Amino acid sequence: MSGDTGVRRAELIISGVLRTGVLLSMAIILAGTLLTFVRHREYVSSPAELVRLSQPGEAVPQTLQDVLSGVRELRGQSIVAAGLLLLILTPVVRVATSILVFVAQSDRTYVLITSVVLLLLLLSFLLGHALG
Amino acid sequence: MTPLSFVLWALLASVFAGLLGSLLGIGGGIIIIPVLTLALHINIRYAIGASIVSVIATSSGAAATYVRERLANLRVAMVLELATTTGALSGALIAGRISTRWLYLIFGAVMAYSSLMMFRKMRGGSARSDRPAPWADRLRLHSSYFDEALGKEIAYRVVSTRIGLALMYVAGIVSGLLGIGSGVLKVPAMDLAMGLPVKVSVATSNFMIGVTAAASAGIYFSRGDIDPFVAAPVAFGVLVGAATGSRWLGRLQSSTIRLVFVTLLLWVAAQMLLRGIRG
Repeated sequence: MSGDTGVRRAELIISGVLRTGVLLSMAIILAGTLLTFVRHREYVSSPAELVRLSQPGEAVPQTLQDVLSGVRELRGQSIVAAGLLLLILTPVVRVATSILVFVAQSDRTYVLITSVVLLLLLLSFLLGHALG
Repeated sequence: MTPLSFVLWALLASVFAGLLGSLLGIGGGIIIIPVLTLALHINIRYAIGASIVSVIATSSGAAATYVRERLANLRVAMVLELATTTGALSGALIAGRISTRWLYLIFGAVMAYSSLMMFRKMRGGSARSDRPAPWADRLRLHSSYFDEALGKEIAYRVVSTRIGLALMYVAGIVSGLLGIGSGVLKVPAMDLAMGLPVKVSVATSNFMIGVTAAASAGIYFSRGDIDPFVAAPVAFGVLVGAATGSRWLGRLQSSTIRLVFVTLLLWVAAQMLLRGIRG
């Protein structure tokens, strides 16, 4: 099989991107959750608080601005939301990285295929923004 | 139940869902959504929002291992992602214009059929096709993987790329409509139609569902359906479970994986058909 070492390198790079994204978002989600419980001691004992947190009506961050302004105020739930956003972006970054890897291997067919996938993915984010 | 006990229970259920999801090539939403809504009384909107995040978590958590261990076929994944993302976009566009009752009936029937086909194949062993495959040849999709359970390198050919693409388009539509990764449709499409070994199908499906789910997750986030309080323990637990489970896949017998998968498919098919019949 030709280009076996190139493929192997590509696999290791892509695996590394996924691992980094996952570990980073896990650390942020954990930190945000701990902060939430430290700042709201009543969450440990009050069942009424759970009803408020898990039913519609509670303000859920919906835009990047919501999340960022909450993170600046060190709100635990906004930090969790930032970690979740990072997790959602991980597959997108993975596809973008794959393009670079195929470019480095001058594999034109797969540069084209992967670029179209990335475009479709970005299109769906724009669509989500328009529909949401 | 207090917020603290909710977090702990959701974490426990999610570790289990992540384990099973990574071993079967599915996101685990099939397990997470009923646990959150029925046992923990979470609103369905937030349960679905947490599920879509869990699909990405399973995918990214398990795929890192599968890609490194060369179980996932990257080329097959990239080619098929063309069809799944197009499907997810179409699904988002037609969402709301199609009756959910028919949706449930169609998916229930598709799943029941593919579980029967997988069951037949399970008993017939793994005869691989020698049919000519011009598309797979041109796209260099044929590959090999090291099977830990058998202790040897297994080479395989990929066939019926175009049928695979068509099936993945349908799987993408399902993702866009229902907000799931639809691994239950992807694994049989690769295993049955395209001739990939079941372990490679599971690993490649795991790699792909993250991209399909990311396409819908943006929409769910801007709708305000992703509640950080509910999604945090789910994402965290699923990541831990998927990272653990992905280390086991190589060592399991292919027939065991198929048997568990067929059982799960039948259960999901029955649930969907029931919901469709009840209206």
